[in-house]
Amino acid sequence: MPGVKERIVIPDFRMSPRVDQVGVEERASRFTKRSIKKQSKVEGLKLVLSMIDLTTLEGKDTPGKVKQLCYKAKHLLDNYQGLPTVAAVCVYPSMVRVAKKSLEGSRIKIASVATAFPSGQAPSKVKIEDTKFAVSEGADEVDMVISRGKFLAGEYNFVFDEIAAIKEACGEARLKVILETGELSTFDKVRRASDIAMYAGADFIKTSTGKVQPAATMPVTLVMLEAIRDYYYSTGKMIGMKPAGGISKSKLALHYLVMLNEVLGEDWMNNHWFRFGASSLANDVLMQLVKEKTGVYQSGDYFPID
Amino acid sequence: MDLQKVVSSLQLAREKRVSYIASNLKESQMSTATKKNKKVSSNNNGVPKLKFNSGWEYAPAPESKSHIKLKGRYDLFINGKFVKPSSGKYFETINPATEEPIAEIAEANIADVDKAVKAARNAYEKVWKKTRAAERAKYIFRLSRMIQERAREFAVIETVDGGKTIRESRDVDIPLAANHFFYYAGWADKLEYAFPGRVPSSLGVAGQIIPWNFPLLMAAWKIAPALATGNTVILKPAETTPLTALKLAEIVQESGLPEGVVNIITGFGQTGADIVNHPDIDKIAFTGSTEVGKIIQKAVAGTNKKITLELGGKAANIIFEDAPLDQAVEGIINGIYFNQGHVCCAGSRLFVQESVYNIVLRKLKDRMETLIVGDPLDKNTDIGAINSKTQLNTINKYVSIGKKEGAEIYQSSCPIPDKGFFFRPTLFTNVAQSNRIAQEEIFGPVLAVQTFRTDEEVIEKANNTPYGLSAGVWTDKGSKIFNLTTKMRAGVVWANTYNKFDPTSPFGGYKESGFGREGGLHGLSAYLKV
Amino acid sequence: MSKTVEKNSKFLISENGLEKTSPKKRLEVLKTYKIYIGGQFPRTESGRYYIATNNKGEQLANVCLSSRKDFRDAVVSARNAFKGWSARAAFNRGQILYRIAEMFEGRKAQFIEELVKQDASKAQAQKEVTLSIDRLIYYAGWCDKYQQIFGTVNPVASSHFNFSVPESTGVVAAIASQESSLIGLVSAIAPIIAGGNTCVILASEPKPLCAVSFAEVMNSSDVPGGVVNILTGKPSELFSQFASHMDVNAIVYCGNDELIQKEIQQKAAGNVKRVLIYQDVNWLSEKGQTPYYILDLQEIKTTWHPIENIGSGGGGY
Repeated sequence: MPGVKERIVIPDFRMSPRVDQVGVEERASRFTKRSIKKQSKVEGLKLVLSMIDLTTLEGKDTPGKVKQLCYKAKHLLDNYQGLPTVAAVCVYPSMVRVAKKSLEGSRIKIASVATAFPSGQAPSKVKIEDTKFAVSEGADEVDMVISRGKFLAGEYNFVFDEIAAIKEACGEARLKVILETGELSTFDKVRRASDIAMYAGADFIKTSTGKVQPAATMPVTLVMLEAIRDYYYSTGKMIGMKPAGGISKSKLALHYLVMLNEVLGEDWMNNHWFRFGASSLANDVLMQLVKEKTGVYQSGDYFPID
Repeated sequence: MDLQKVVSSLQLAREKRVSYIASNLKESQMSTATKKNKKVSSNNNGVPKLKFNSGWEYAPAPESKSHIKLKGRYDLFINGKFVKPSSGKYFETINPATEEPIAEIAEANIADVDKAVKAARNAYEKVWKKTRAAERAKYIFRLSRMIQERAREFAVIETVDGGKTIRESRDVDIPLAANHFFYYAGWADKLEYAFPGRVPSSLGVAGQIIPWNFPLLMAAWKIAPALATGNTVILKPAETTPLTALKLAEIVQESGLPEGVVNIITGFGQTGADIVNHPDIDKIAFTGSTEVGKIIQKAVAGTNKKITLELGGKAANIIFEDAPLDQAVEGIINGIYFNQGHVCCAGSRLFVQESVYNIVLRKLKDRMETLIVGDPLDKNTDIGAINSKTQLNTINKYVSIGKKEGAEIYQSSCPIPDKGFFFRPTLFTNVAQSNRIAQEEIFGPVLAVQTFRTDEEVIEKANNTPYGLSAGVWTDKGSKIFNLTTKMRAGVVWANTYNKFDPTSPFGGYKESGFGREGGLHGLSAYLKV
Repeated sequence: MSKTVEKNSKFLISENGLEKTSPKKRLEVLKTYKIYIGGQFPRTESGRYYIATNNKGEQLANVCLSSRKDFRDAVVSARNAFKGWSARAAFNRGQILYRIAEMFEGRKAQFIEELVKQDASKAQAQKEVTLSIDRLIYYAGWCDKYQQIFGTVNPVASSHFNFSVPESTGVVAAIASQESSLIGLVSAIAPIIAGGNTCVILASEPKPLCAVSFAEVMNSSDVPGGVVNILTGKPSELFSQFASHMDVNAIVYCGNDELIQKEIQQKAAGNVKRVLIYQDVNWLSEKGQTPYYILDLQEIKTTWHPIENIGSGGGGY
């Protein structure tokens, strides 16, 4: 990659840059004032669709449920021409094989959570095994969770080493590192965790498991995008971003795209570098697309759920 | 002895080199080995710059004008009615984004000023002075609520008349104006609590002259406290932005406020001078340039007229190395680029601690690339039109001066409309304290950037100006914040934020930025005999 | 053929038990007077009632006789609402109090009627209602100003920035003036909520009608549920509960009974409640409103922070 440094020096994570919460929230709210209309809205909505990781992560998941989700992933709305597919389907490792079979022939990726998702409270050995299993079953991407307990106890080296080990266990699969920002609680900590994750080898940093409130918010995503930007300028290396949980409306998803567009710019505006972790967002986007086409407000009855 | 000197100077030189490398290391996270091809001034280490303003483009999102009601011609608002100007003369107000005329505005002459003063005097002596304070309050509360009801209309007219973006009018100017009336309405019947040991009384008739950068907001800042404290007013809005004041006149009519309590007369500088010189005015309040402020101060010398002045500024916005940098950059942008830099308290001098200079500049330039300059009525526009041709000429003049003085210019690459008065966000680096662009107020989206090393140095440089309106300080360290806030000779100091306004917060300057305060409890004394 | 028997009741009932109304008169839908807790209008959990009468002994309404459990529930609501209410911008609270006045103004006629039913003359009733509305506006104006007159920056001798600010005390239990149906109630509630506190207030026992109508006004004016809770009932039953509840931060008693005052002060000591006794206050006069009623329910918080002392220049705190 042009510009990537040959040797990247790892900083002292205790010195991570400061973040002012009030300032972040003001900047984040300014993105929501952008008015996205007409052609830019349609383009944006299609881009959003292509960035969705369609997700099911419930204790009660069954092969049947996963098969239906995968079908929905491939057929968002068959009577609307020119729709992209979602970026990926995200499931538990035990469901990867089913998903792989159902998505055969499509370009949709299979992302698997791993490392004792969602709590991450398990010995590193177990987490590595979990990862290797998911990869061997066919996962293209692994969404791991960091050890929040260790992080909050100040054991940054442990957290770093664990991520590096999981990255190794991923092999060819791309690694998304979930920070669980709702548990980290301050933006300073989110910034620090982002830096640790990127330097340790993450391909993506991700806000949440979706199991803890608050999940993704615009301010927390902004902090992470700015971490990615600083990392890029320091090392020449691009890192992806995935806000997950709490994004179920198209309008909000478009605000996120505006934020991405104005913080990282054009190169990140595709699903190789940005994802939405969402389940009900897709249908809302489809409703908006149909409304833009027909000029008429839609009802959920006309859009099949998975 | 000589040897000692040599050794210590070598040590000094070594320390300098080490700290120089260390400061670059912090910024680049690179080992010295890989730095051989790196230039000191490169602000992104050979990594390709991020691409903004390409790819996904925002479609035009114009705010609708269809619901606003504007007349083709506006007369003077005197004694509760719109009356024709004695001279029969009218002038045009134009939309600076399109250069098209919007309406004809009456030009008041000295006879009209006299009429207005008589109306205000009559209303004061016969009606307003005798109105119970709690009832005065209720009129002013009404004005606030009515502005809220017609907020969108006011916002669109403000934008069209002055070039300010609809987002600013809608989200900042109009709400602040309505809130200002609401705040001061509440003081009307509580004045005995505001000044311990004193029973304040009103002054009488106030003449108020306001500028074109926040037309409705400045009208609110003037009228609200004056009315709440029991005075009557004659307000003269700026000649390039009279419309929202005239719409306010319509609200004054609707609210049932007794005739003559508020009079709004339009005109040029001469009309303002006629007001200042009128013998039957008790109080003059002026917001505008320092130059005119001095003329006014001289003009009222020897009279009994009380005055308050809110004049220009050349604020220092100071970024320390331990500041939250991304938020500080946003503060820089807020400080100088929004409202097209037409802000008296604009953070027009940026001081960056040298150890973080490169990184701040890089972030600042990236952020400038995402600023959209264009049609002020488009909801996505960040920087609207420059208020007038005159002001655009002034800005251009200072930009050439800056270049001649040896400063290095940088402008964002955004497109600008080919009609109307527009200017790209601009900054100058390599600026010296004595440069004219670092001393004189430009009143446009032009930032002068200087570096500093120590707290002492920046305090001295920040205060080294005849102005003293505002300052900004960015650091994570609390004790440093309070050190700077005590040492800044400025009337408003923003710490880790910039350009924040609230009706409860007093605003005004030190030195040649004027005297007197607007807003808050302190804002009452301008209109009272205490 | 049935005969109609007219009694001293609101209905015309015939001998065979069927209602017969005169063809010209429309039957009114009578109001049920409930209490106001957590933004809702429940009946008292005790199911008890008492009859409100006028001076002539005529029945006006069946009114809820609130129990200690109602009080307990009201305190829970007030506590839950406190965090949000005290965290709101002062300006926002001012706007809400102004909105209460707007809604109140629109329903003046109803209140005048209720006051007249409760033995006021029409003139007295009008005066009381307009004064109540204006009082709300008075306190609406104080919401974002009392901090400026009661807060201070303190010039301590050491290099510290030191400032004192008033902060809301918390949940306030209040017993409104018993003589007045409306102005006493409004005069108690307004300063409590203007200062960011939440309140549980017991209305006048003999004249409860306006209290419930006032609850309706508040409910329609953006006041979050739980900020004001209004109970009707007997002070003699409830004052001891008000004074001894461990999750109430302050108690306001508007009355002259010295024995009750003493007992309240004694019981309040159980959790060091702030006790405010407003005795002999003519609520109808200007003395019925003052920012000191707001200050009575504020704590003062003082904060210190070091000031570095580097560089030249003047100024100081």
